[in-house]
Amino acid sequence: MSFSIIRPGMLTTVQDAGRLGYRQAGVIVSGPMDGLALWQANVLVGNPEEAAGLEITLRGPTIQFEADHLIALTGADLSPTLNGQPVLQRRPVAVTRGCELAFGAARSGCRAYLAIAGGLAVPEVLGSRATYLRAGIGGFQGRALQAGDVVPVAGPTELGSHLHRRLTSHHPDQPWAATRWSIAPSLQASPTSVATVRALRGPEYDRFTQTSQQAFWTQEFTVTPSSDRMGYGLQGPELRRHNHQEILSTAVTFGTVQVPAGGLPIILMADHQTTGGYPRIVQVISTDFSLLAQLPMGGKLRFQEVTLAEAHHAYLHQERTLHQLARAIQLTARHQ
Amino acid sequence: MPLPPRHPLTENPVQLYALGDSAIVLQFGDAISQEIHRAIQAVAAYLEEHPFPGFVEHVPAFTTLTVYYNPWLASQAGRLDPYAEVARQLQELLSQVQVPVDSTASPVVEIPVCYGGSFGPDLDVVARHTGLTPEQVVALHTAPEYLVYMIGFAPGFPYLGGMNEQLAAPRKDQPRAEVPAGSVGIAGKQTGIYSLPTPGGWQLIGRTPRRLFTPEAASPSLLRAGQRLRFVPISAEEFHQLQENEL
Repeated sequence: MSFSIIRPGMLTTVQDAGRLGYRQAGVIVSGPMDGLALWQANVLVGNPEEAAGLEITLRGPTIQFEADHLIALTGADLSPTLNGQPVLQRRPVAVTRGCELAFGAARSGCRAYLAIAGGLAVPEVLGSRATYLRAGIGGFQGRALQAGDVVPVAGPTELGSHLHRRLTSHHPDQPWAATRWSIAPSLQASPTSVATVRALRGPEYDRFTQTSQQAFWTQEFTVTPSSDRMGYGLQGPELRRHNHQEILSTAVTFGTVQVPAGGLPIILMADHQTTGGYPRIVQVISTDFSLLAQLPMGGKLRFQEVTLAEAHHAYLHQERTLHQLARAIQLTARHQ
Repeated sequence: MPLPPRHPLTENPVQLYALGDSAIVLQFGDAISQEIHRAIQAVAAYLEEHPFPGFVEHVPAFTTLTVYYNPWLASQAGRLDPYAEVARQLQELLSQVQVPVDSTASPVVEIPVCYGGSFGPDLDVVARHTGLTPEQVVALHTAPEYLVYMIGFAPGFPYLGGMNEQLAAPRKDQPRAEVPAGSVGIAGKQTGIYSLPTPGGWQLIGRTPRRLFTPEAASPSLLRAGQRLRFVPISAEEFHQLQENEL
């Protein structure tokens, strides 16, 4: 089972939950920018949460399915179509051999996720299928997908095949069919004109002047064109320190906001280096990574200070919701 | 072999603080020292042997050990406060750790390096800057036993301590667009080895045929924090021979 790439799109990569356990060897985690969206796509097709899917960036690929598959699309709305007809997101979709998935204009957000029942069967490297572009490892031959690539898909789980059979038995002889039900859009990052990104004070927060601290929480920042999977450059108030003591290289993580000497902050994203030596003014909370992932270049954001307890409350709430969602889909499959 | 003498971790109190909602930093003082390094190594090793529920991984650095955790698992599916729980586990662990008094017993990894020529195009630059001959630069660079303080910046890239300060040389004004993997360079008072071909501004004095990062290996980094390292000069012929063995 497989699908082939007719046109690759802007940046289409294989991602899974990330390469954990090797940060101490300097190996970055990689994985999806919007982990929530990939998790949801996997749940919708009966996959375990760590299954590999595609991360699709802004201008989507054209994909031809080489076998019958159950798929789901989540994350950004990049105007997906199947055989030229619009297809709805956030629900299981049964596609037949020869079906063509294509994308159009980015209506909201910038990263969509495609999960296929069974998950993408590229080889694991250091325990993960995530693409690590700079080192050229993981994913599909260590690189973004190109025209002509044939990507293998593993066999579906029992739940995945059950969902698939249900759907095709209700819609026989159609090239593709989607369920009427979907997961609520409120379970995804919803783009607004100015995103509010929640953050905790970082280890070097106190090194910044009061004026800069205040400007940081009250003023707007814009995502600059020098933004990618490694990090987002931000344009906004210049942040100044009163304490210029050297910082010894130390660990950083997804969501760390560091401020180089020029005073303009950088938010570290999925492909960030494992260590850094810039002052860390704040740390974005995990629950808001999706929101960041869907911010386009030129997108605007504002930071909102929260406590660690609030961050954990949001984290645990999201996790509970996802577990409930997974259970609900299992029940739906049984009782349909 | 008898165990080297050890002491509990009481002399320097360890500070704990959050790095976001999924990591805790253990801060051991604020200056680079071999003593702090040994304490970090001892805690990291103990943590690997006694992981707490929800432990994901750790990153040792010069004065910190950052411990990543999964808040859902650490909180026992939301029943406990994740930070309080992880902090409690780590405090308990810190009270158990015994730090070796010295680590001279740790094995020394030999890194063969072909100095100068096309492998080390900046050897003459460093010689001119330091007022030494290229031969003296090589002699001073191969003399000490270096300590791998941490791995970071790129996979398998070691931050080394122990370079003779006579060899200090500024970075290049214009970074190279691509530095070959294995290049041994000097930047300021630091020396290091590029583990992947990347852009870089260090003065390149030689190159090793050893692979520092082997993604297909179970242990992908040739070096790890806490190891000792020595550079051994080799000829271009030996370089090519060793390189073939590495493939």
